Amino acid sequence: MAASSDRNPPPFPASEEPETGLCDMADGDSDEGEDIFVNNSTPVAVSRGVSQPDQVSEEPPDLFSEEEAISTAPTLSTTAKSNGVHSDDENDLFAEAHVELSADECGSSAHKDPSSSGPRPTSSFTQSPAARQPTSLEQLEEEEAKDSFDVDVSVTSPEKIGDGMNAYVAYKVSTRTSLNMFRSKTFFVRRRFSDFLGLYEKLSVKQSLHGCIVPPPPEKSVVGMTKVKVGMDDPSSVEFVERRRAALERYLQRVVSHPSLLQDPDVREFLEREDLPRAVNTQALSGAGFLKMINKASDAVNKMTIKMNESDTWFEDKFQEVENEEQQLRKLHAVVDSLVNHRKELCMNTAVFAKSMAMLGNSEDNTALSRALSQLAEVEDKMEQLHQEQAASDFFIFAELLADYIRMLGAVRGCFDQRMRAWQRWQEAQSTLQKKREAEAKLLWANKPDKLQQAKEEITEWEARVTQYERDFDRIGMTVRKEVLRFEKEKAKDFKSQIIKYLESMLQSEQRLIKFWEAFLPEAKAIA
Amino acid sequence: SSWFNWAKPVQLSREELTKKYIRSVSVDLNNDASLLIDIPDALCERDKVKFTVHTKTTLSSFQKPEFSVPRQHEDFIWLHDTLVETEDYAGLIIPPAPPKPDFEGPREKMHKLGEGEATMTKEEYTKMKQELEAEYLAVFKKTVQVHEIFLQRLSSHPILNKDRNFQIFLEYDQDLSVRRKNAKEMFGGFFKNMVKSADEVLISGVKEVDDFFEQEKTFLLDYYSKIKDSTAKAEKMTRSHKNIADDYIRISSLMYQQKITRILIYTHIVVTMSFVSLQKVEGRVASDQELKLTELLRYYMRDIQAAKDLLYRRARALADYENSNKALDKARLKSKDIPQAEEHQQQCLQKFDKLSESGKKELTSFKGRRVVAFRKNLIEMAELEIKHAKVRSSIQLYYICFIMCTNELQYAWGICKILCEQI
Repeated sequence: MAASSDRNPPPFPASEEPETGLCDMADGDSDEGEDIFVNNSTPVAVSRGVSQPDQVSEEPPDLFSEEEAISTAPTLSTTAKSNGVHSDDENDLFAEAHVELSADECGSSAHKDPSSSGPRPTSSFTQSPAARQPTSLEQLEEEEAKDSFDVDVSVTSPEKIGDGMNAYVAYKVSTRTSLNMFRSKTFFVRRRFSDFLGLYEKLSVKQSLHGCIVPPPPEKSVVGMTKVKVGMDDPSSVEFVERRRAALERYLQRVVSHPSLLQDPDVREFLEREDLPRAVNTQALSGAGFLKMINKASDAVNKMTIKMNESDTWFEDKFQEVENEEQQLRKLHAVVDSLVNHRKELCMNTAVFAKSMAMLGNSEDNTALSRALSQLAEVEDKMEQLHQEQAASDFFIFAELLADYIRMLGAVRGCFDQRMRAWQRWQEAQSTLQKKREAEAKLLWANKPDKLQQAKEEITEWEARVTQYERDFDRIGMTVRKEVLRFEKEKAKDFKSQIIKYLESMLQSEQRLIKFWEAFLPEAKAIA
Repeated sequence: SSWFNWAKPVQLSREELTKKYIRSVSVDLNNDASLLIDIPDALCERDKVKFTVHTKTTLSSFQKPEFSVPRQHEDFIWLHDTLVETEDYAGLIIPPAPPKPDFEGPREKMHKLGEGEATMTKEEYTKMKQELEAEYLAVFKKTVQVHEIFLQRLSSHPILNKDRNFQIFLEYDQDLSVRRKNAKEMFGGFFKNMVKSADEVLISGVKEVDDFFEQEKTFLLDYYSKIKDSTAKAEKMTRSHKNIADDYIRISSLMYQQKITRILIYTHIVVTMSFVSLQKVEGRVASDQELKLTELLRYYMRDIQAAKDLLYRRARALADYENSNKALDKARLKSKDIPQAEEHQQQCLQKFDKLSESGKKELTSFKGRRVVAFRKNLIEMAELEIKHAKVRSSIQLYYICFIMCTNELQYAWGICKILCEQI
């Protein structure tokens, strides 16, 4: 269906404008002169890095064509195929529009240039985005265009290994790649849940120091796992395992689509190495544990005595935003949970009603009506099946999406905290340096040459440290900014693709529903 | 939040739908121009509903050709009960009394909503309140319709429409409560209580002489229990649909909020709209199912109870006749009071024969009515399901397209508006 090029918009009411909230762009700066809604005629004409220019004229991908099914696992719902996070649309105007916006931001400020990219002040924290951002964002565009299809991972074939309380589930982790750093183009390994947790542990220790947003894995669940250990066959165990498999797959996909994390040797080892040493000390990573860890860091930050005074409010504003988002998502998740439960109830009630209808049909003495009622009972049975699938859709596509992002936002908060810690280190180094200088001054007066020499050495040492920590802080700041932008982009893409998937699954349900009732109609008309 | 206002449930068309669906549970009513009855409006004050019963007639037995009177639910019950108590109508299926107006459901939900107000956003609360008001209105409309149908069943019945009390009900422009009190004192609800308690036992116990009635008895007893069960199960199913619709309301109001829009950036409007419209349709499905299937089942469940009552009365008449035979034998044996016993036996026989003849006619036409009504409703229900699914499909399709092409957002905004207005 050609939904793009030949669309004639309906006459648009005079001064109808979308909420101003929409125009408030990702990085919080107000967009005077950059109203994207006006500039829609040639959106792609603006500065392109390496992204493909001529996408506008192409047809949007066929809604009903099969997506490239990476995951071959038996899924509970026929619609939750690849719940991948990686972008599957190079034709994605959306992605381009978003990147274009930030690029324009920097583009315009780069043009106003020399004034804004002033010298780095030491005590205030004005970043000069103009000087630095274009590089990182262009890089972002490059990396993004590059890494979209370079590594595909899937998590499939859950298999119960062992018996009793020592049993565990092993998953097949398959990788398909064109990158040379891997041992071959396609390969797979078997991993268990604690391996995934172990990977996260290693990555978070290393990468979060740099301000990276390390995707968090799904939570541990003692209750869920115990049921599985007992037997993998009952429906709730099946659902649990499928939920976990899908979550692990999304987790890995997020990891490999992150350019820095992909380069990490631990990631490569996880994907490639046949015998991975058992990860220990994964206790900290139950759901509650993970949250506790994040909140502990936040508390430490709040208790800091020296308060940061940012003249660049980007970080403060963004942090506030992240906190609010997390809150909103939790609320939304609660309602979607309720939707899933109500849908399951509808399933049950429909099944029960179908049986009752069948009985009524048997009891009916008019032959044609009796047949019609029995047919109605069958239709309601099929409706129950539809509702069942819709509930799975509600859950696996919608609810899990929200749950993922609630966890991710926790990780985002984490990286902000890392930046604060870096700032704190720098401040402490500065105050230590100050003390050393004061000590040196005192020694000058007291005239103790050997101690003076030591003092001078210490001062040099701490001066170097201060410079180092300052650089670290700057670097972390830049990384955090870059990471957050990337995160928001991915998040928007993710939500968009998942919502589309959700709507598509609903659409397919509707088509089947129509068929069922259209088949029933002649039966009803045949009553005489 | 201007968009929120035009997304509120469209009450007008719901009204139309309600009227149409309720009326279709029974067919061919109110077609005879010699006596046309309807309830054009009603007033709901706290618990009491005051119906305005409007009559248009060409019959000379009425004082005026057109008139209206105010009536309460209790007046309808009085009318129904007097008809049931009337011996002459023992061989007729008396149309079931309309159920008491029940606003307990929406009222309880309103109460819960008020309690939970603090935990909701303003939009969410407003939206849910609107939904509840619509539900309240739907209950109100429904009760008006069932009372109207009761009267129209009476006016279309060749014997019942000549009943004196029926005329009083339609015409008497004073308060009926005095008459109601008197009636209660006269009858004491005697017959009604008897019917309620012993009917099953008596109907099954009496030896049946007529094949037709034997079959009807078996059929009606079995069918009644099945349809009662189906009605209850259908109600549960409908309630689930309503719950889902409520969830959609909460989702759409949460998504609307400013903070959420950050996540979705360009797509928030379309996604929000999709949920709002889904909710409207889902809510519509709930009310359509409720009105079509559930109401149909509920109505015929009550009608079958009325048919069972007829069978009971006939069974009692048969029992009376058999007793009178026994009494006659005894009298002949004792050679005492034979003429009275003979006369009594004749009366019982006549009564029984009259009941059987009239009962057969009534039950046969009831069968036909039932089949016709089921056919009509099942067809309409299937057509509605298809229609709603198509509407939902187009909504989903539109939104998928627009989410994928976000530069068209300003158009998406406009089109979403138009789409929602059409639902």
